[in-house]
Amino acid sequence: MINFNPTDDQKQIIDMVHRFTAEVIRPNARDCEENKNVPDDLLAKFWELGLIANSIPEEYGGYGYERSAVTGVLISEELAYGDLGIAIAMLSPSLFAYPVLEMGTEEQKKKYLPEFCGESFKFATMALMEPRVTFDATEIRTSVVREGEEYVLNGVKCFVPYAGRADLFLIIASSAPGSGVNGVEAFIVEKGTNGLIVGEREKYMGLNALELHKITLTNCRIPVENRLGGRNGFNYQRILNLSRTALSSMASGICHATKDYGVSYAKERVQFGEPIAHRQSIAFMLADMAIESDAMRFMAWKAAWLGDRGDDFTKEAYFAKLYASEYTTNITSNGIQVLGGHGYIREHPMELWFRNGRGFEIIDGLAII
Amino acid sequence: MIDFELTPQLRMIKDGAHAIAESSFRPISRKYDEEEHTVAEELKPLAGLITGGMGDMTSKKKDKKKDPGAKKENRNGSTLLSVIGAEEMAWGDNGLMLAMPGSGLGNFAIQAVATPEQLERFGSKFAAMAITEPNSGSDSGSISTTAKQDGDEWVINGEKIFVTDGNQCDVIVVWATIDKAAGKAGIKSFIVEKDRAGCTVTKLEHKLGIRASDTASVVFEDCRIPKNNILGSSEIKTKTEGFKGVMKTFDSTRPMVGAIALGVARAAFEFTKKILEDEGYQFRYGLSKHKLVAVEKEILTMEAELEAIRLLIQRAAWMSDNGMHNAVEASMSKAKGGRMGSEITRRCVALLGPIGYSREWLVEKWMRDCKINDIYEGTQQIQQLIIARGILDYSKKELQ
Ligand SMILES: Cc1cc2nc3c(=O)[nH]c(=O)nc-3n(C[C@H](O)[C@H](O)[C@H](O)COP(=O)(O)OP(=O)(O)OC[C@H]3O[C@@H](n4cnc5c(N)ncnc54)[C@H](O)[C@@H]3O)c2cc1C
Repeated sequence: MINFNPTDDQKQIIDMVHRFTAEVIRPNARDCEENKNVPDDLLAKFWELGLIANSIPEEYGGYGYERSAVTGVLISEELAYGDLGIAIAMLSPSLFAYPVLEMGTEEQKKKYLPEFCGESFKFATMALMEPRVTFDATEIRTSVVREGEEYVLNGVKCFVPYAGRADLFLIIASSAPGSGVNGVEAFIVEKGTNGLIVGEREKYMGLNALELHKITLTNCRIPVENRLGGRNGFNYQRILNLSRTALSSMASGICHATKDYGVSYAKERVQFGEPIAHRQSIAFMLADMAIESDAMRFMAWKAAWLGDRGDDFTKEAYFAKLYASEYTTNITSNGIQVLGGHGYIREHPMELWFRNGRGFEIIDGLAII
Repeated sequence: MIDFELTPQLRMIKDGAHAIAESSFRPISRKYDEEEHTVAEELKPLAGLITGGMGDMTSKKKDKKKDPGAKKENRNGSTLLSVIGAEEMAWGDNGLMLAMPGSGLGNFAIQAVATPEQLERFGSKFAAMAITEPNSGSDSGSISTTAKQDGDEWVINGEKIFVTDGNQCDVIVVWATIDKAAGKAGIKSFIVEKDRAGCTVTKLEHKLGIRASDTASVVFEDCRIPKNNILGSSEIKTKTEGFKGVMKTFDSTRPMVGAIALGVARAAFEFTKKILEDEGYQFRYGLSKHKLVAVEKEILTMEAELEAIRLLIQRAAWMSDNGMHNAVEASMSKAKGGRMGSEITRRCVALLGPIGYSREWLVEKWMRDCKINDIYEGTQQIQQLIIARGILDYSKKELQ
């Protein structure tokens, strides 16, 4: 039965995250962007919310709530409403934890999941994207070859959150590069493994609060039991779908933030004797932002809902991301326009959201829900 | 709990409506586009299938409270039902759908606010809705048609234009003022039977599209109707309560117009995609943009847009069904549906080249048809006004 109402539990989580966003993320967003990191005390405050441990079953040390992608998008939208870079940084441990939770072998779950239920922020990550113009998530060039009781990984990855600090990496590689998603597998690589070389910090137009690195894998050898899911492997398409769904929910967060900021600014700013919001060309831009950011939200919800049911949601997740990429740039650009010259100045968040928003077209593989 | 599953009942309605659209509308679609102003006799047997946008299929309202300030009652899923039905019907033919006896906008108004006695008398009549006048379009609060009480009767005087189904219908729900000095508060709606003396259809419009549906001018000259033909109370409330009451029907009809746009756009989209597939194009979901050819990207983007329209409509309808105030959300769905639905039909014509433009096929017709959904029931700009006022928390004065 069609229903747009989150459950009471979800509403409580939304409220909690919303407050956290308002009190912790938003006030620090500008500093984090300019200082190019998220201070550890902010990460610690996020960890106290227990959001990741929530979805980990009690037997592995978590709180054992239902694992739900819908709850995931509700959370990621709220966090991104505060700041996209900080949101991704905070949720980055789930890049490793959730695939292990959903697709790992029993041994893998036992070994790794408790580490995500501890007192302090667990740095762990996934490496999926590769640095080339025509990168496509369905064509992974990082290669994996089995040699005896080991796998050997070779390739270059980019856009790896917290690669400089992570203890655990999930490396996406293909046993048959060039043959689509079929040969794609995931491997657990621990920090310090020979052949895993963390490169310099990457510099991007936006998302500077988020520490991103290239990594290089040069004959990086790992034991066979480090293949995610063991003999069964893992469901790569689902990871991509979750990633796209998460990204579109975060795009919705940025767009709602843009609209809300624009609304309050336009009601305050007086030109020609009246608030600029009295003019239709301003008011209608805001109205369009409201329409599209809601549409984005629901597309993310729908994809996540399908994902929770275990249905194939490749199409819906793809649509959600396609749509979000298209509209976020447009909305955040109009966000600057509503503020005029002031929107261009770094005292206001509009220019930051504009830079961050452009990322959606480019990013893939951030399955943080 | 967030959920997008259609209930078995909704799925049945959807399939049923689709079957009618496919078997009854599509075969005569072109015919009544070309034979404008000819009444489609084929639709007569279908009368009663849809009443008040299908509201009749579920909601039988018995005792009704008429306090406009009160929370709307739970509409029992009827708005969702009508938007889902409307999408399918419009997929068949937007014009024929409007020309289906019993499907008029007036039927919506009657379903929404009529007393049991009025429902008895008018529930099964084909009812048009007459708001627009030569000098009152978007500014519907400025209408000048008058209704004056005279003994046991109302006397109506004025001219209405652009009345959908105005020629074919049995009764017309007419907006008129009972006290011009009271402004919007003086505006009430009245049910006028077409055969009353003084009610004359004076003109049938020639249109760009939806030609199967007649669009009439109706003049009222000392047209007398019984006192109890007024919808709602005749009391003039302070401020604009009464007017808000008549505007309320829009909360369920606007998502419906959005759904009609969606249906037409989907028809154009499906046809276009099929033809391109026959021409050897493949549509691959999930690739990065570098990999997509231009046509492929356009198709995928349009499909995503259709999904966005549908979700906005479902949200607005769901709110209406659950007694939530949804004026802003209803306008969002209509604004998005009207604008993007029309845009999609235009893109489809372009993508199909000579086939798109040709009258041998229906795509060019769908492009002509769909445009109306961005105009009636409040233009794109009027929806934007409502949304903007909502999010800015502005009055009509502050944002005009
Ligand atoms: C085929 C058809 C069927 C119809 N059926 C019905 C029916 O059944 N019953 C009925 O009552 N009416 C009906 N209408 C009338 C329809 O609702 C009106 O045409 C519509 O509301 C617009 O009014 P208008 O044509 O007078 O345009 P106007 O109000 O003159 O508007 C012209 C332009 O100005 C814009 N505009 C107006 N005011 C503002 C503002 N404040 N801010 C920004 N822009 C503004 C409008 O968006 C539009 O672009 C029908 C019309 C058509 C064409």
